[in-house]
Amino acid sequence: MSKKPVQKEETPTTGHTWDGIQEYDNPMPRWWLWLFYATIVWGIGYTIAYPAWPGVKSATAGMLGYSTRAEVAADIAAVDAQNEAINIRLATADMSTLSDDAELNGYAISAGGAVFKTWCAQCHGSGAAGAKGYPNLLDNDWLWGGDIDAITHTVRHGVRNETGEDPRYSEMPAFGRDELLEDAQIDQVVNFVMSLSGEAQAPELVKPGAVVFEENCASCHGETGLGDRDQGAPNLADAIWLFGGSYADIHDTVSNSRFGVMPNWDTRLTEAQIRAVSAYVHQLGGGE
Amino acid sequence: MTKPVSAPKLFAAREPVFPRRVSGFFRNLKWVIMVITLGIYYLTPWLRWDRGANLPDQAVLVDMANRRFFFFWIEIWPHEFYFVAGLLIMAGLGLFLFTSALGRVWCGYACPQTVWTDLFILVERWVEGDRNARLRLHRQKNWSFRKLRLRTTKTVLWLLIALATGGAWVFYFADAPTLLRDLVSGNAHPIAYTSMAILTATTFWFGGYAREQICIYACPWPRIQAAMMDEDTLTVGYRDWRGEPRGKLKANAEAPQGDCIDCMACVNVCPMGIDIRDGQQMECITCALCIDACDDVMDRIGKPRGLIDYLALSDEPQERAGTPPRPIWQHILRVRTLVYTALWSAVGILLVVALFMRSEFDVTVAPVRNPTFVTLSDGAIRNTYELRLRNKFAEAKEFRVEVKADVPLEISLEGRDANTMVVPADSTQLQRVYLIAPKGTEGAITELSDVRFWIADSTGDAREHADSVFHGKGQ
Repeated sequence: MSKKPVQKEETPTTGHTWDGIQEYDNPMPRWWLWLFYATIVWGIGYTIAYPAWPGVKSATAGMLGYSTRAEVAADIAAVDAQNEAINIRLATADMSTLSDDAELNGYAISAGGAVFKTWCAQCHGSGAAGAKGYPNLLDNDWLWGGDIDAITHTVRHGVRNETGEDPRYSEMPAFGRDELLEDAQIDQVVNFVMSLSGEAQAPELVKPGAVVFEENCASCHGETGLGDRDQGAPNLADAIWLFGGSYADIHDTVSNSRFGVMPNWDTRLTEAQIRAVSAYVHQLGGGE
Repeated sequence: MTKPVSAPKLFAAREPVFPRRVSGFFRNLKWVIMVITLGIYYLTPWLRWDRGANLPDQAVLVDMANRRFFFFWIEIWPHEFYFVAGLLIMAGLGLFLFTSALGRVWCGYACPQTVWTDLFILVERWVEGDRNARLRLHRQKNWSFRKLRLRTTKTVLWLLIALATGGAWVFYFADAPTLLRDLVSGNAHPIAYTSMAILTATTFWFGGYAREQICIYACPWPRIQAAMMDEDTLTVGYRDWRGEPRGKLKANAEAPQGDCIDCMACVNVCPMGIDIRDGQQMECITCALCIDACDDVMDRIGKPRGLIDYLALSDEPQERAGTPPRPIWQHILRVRTLVYTALWSAVGILLVVALFMRSEFDVTVAPVRNPTFVTLSDGAIRNTYELRLRNKFAEAKEFRVEVKADVPLEISLEGRDANTMVVPADSTQLQRVYLIAPKGTEGAITELSDVRFWIADSTGDAREHADSVFHGKGQ
């Protein structure tokens, strides 16, 4: 230990000078350089192993045969396999007592929510609130019935479609367009219909309107306008109007007739999916 | 731009460091701290704490799968993560406090990098011998059987320590005895093995080979610390006014001679490979081992201790003038450290108060806005709310939901006959709640009404509320 104290050398500069500013040559550690080389090697290896280089029609496939699409397909298959047992249970369950089985009910509602957002939200809205002409599924008014079996039937067979075996079918004549009623009669019957929910505009037309209603409308909508679920005839005495409740809207409906169309989902959804989405809709607040 | 004189050297190889064994006060202190910190780290997951049938009995457990953090009698839910944030703020302020008072005391004594490097160097010394033996082994070019044996033994021991370190880490995230059985039998989750592998590799590399390079190149903390140190901060320094001119101890010296006999003891023990006599340096982690080494030499040559010592920069002028330095407490107790202490305590007190004010269940209510309201057949207006009830009791409880508002509203719970809901132990339940304003009532015809949900535990007197709004049809 007789070494003389080493005089610390002035840190060398790289020799670069910009505007009198010099750069110290404080070298990086060598392992850092190695890491840098390693990343280059890794990068080259990665482009060989995985899909990387774009070609004219597709990219290089990579030696490992990896594909994001295949991965997603495998993930979906894994989830389907995982749910297979409970899907079979759901497809064979008695829907009227579904809510007694907490596990199956919870599964049906979650799965049904996903089905609804994928297939139903386009018309009925993501919150199931519907729109003009597309029924609101949250309220307690149902064209074709609101118990779980009626909802399942509607989902399965749809409404007024030509592709299903047994769709719901409603028919309303276009009283104005087809000249079944005079303009004055339409005016009267619209006022009568509005009077059912206490909204009549011209009270003197209500009485003659009642006569028109009884002759032309009561066979489907019922004598008191409460509707008929077997025919999908809406209740005209409540506060809910699928095609609008103003004078102009109702006048339009009576004159030109209106009906919705809904696909039969039995050809697109599995039995478990149909039951799941029915359970989901049933518990949105209006289920019977 | 001028042409460089010679090609600049952009990358430098590591200069290996071979710290010599040393004994003394600071070394003993570091041994004690090492035993305590390593003991806490390795043993904590094995402590048990009885929480009843529904909850795990591990004293400290980060339960990722169920999103719970258990710390002895405290259970933290994800929405209470601010406790963790608070603890991190306290840890930060604590570091500020210690750094402004004692410099890089965290780096020198308690930092895991320092503690594990110390442990790895200890193993290295047991296997290969002290500094000179290790240097000889290092310089020996040809691989003799002895060198191979020593290197293999050392590497295997290091790997075992690293494995235990990486292994201990995963025990904090699952029931330790179960996980240990699974790990040994090969049934543990791949994430456990991957975490162990990564932590084993980093411990092995950081403690065995990277060592001081982590502090110098990788760690951001040394760069931040300079901002917290001032001239009153105690740091390890060399009293050059006492030591210089240094030189070999001569019986009858002609020239004036300082106390430093240039024995290089301080350099040889340094784990960072620096010479403290060059002054305060970025690399110095203030581990104080050079103080022990120098004091030992001073004792032997009959000079007073403290040639290398904890010093405050502000004392230098008066020490040079020959007056004794101010006492240590005067350096430590100053406005800066007192402010840090006050902040640290304030956060701590807030956290403790918050901890005791927590209720055993809590509730959030979010109105469904898609749509904001639904018109029912009879013209009534219905709003839907998503009520989330967190039951932190260790048993299932029944809760009653009520609504208080200035407008008449009817309440009902989806799928339930009564306005009560049962929430299982230690879990959250989502419940849709309906409020209905009958046709034409004030709630139905006004745009917005304030509502307050009251949720009461049906057996006890615990009560919580959540505020929301009722959307009416408007005029």
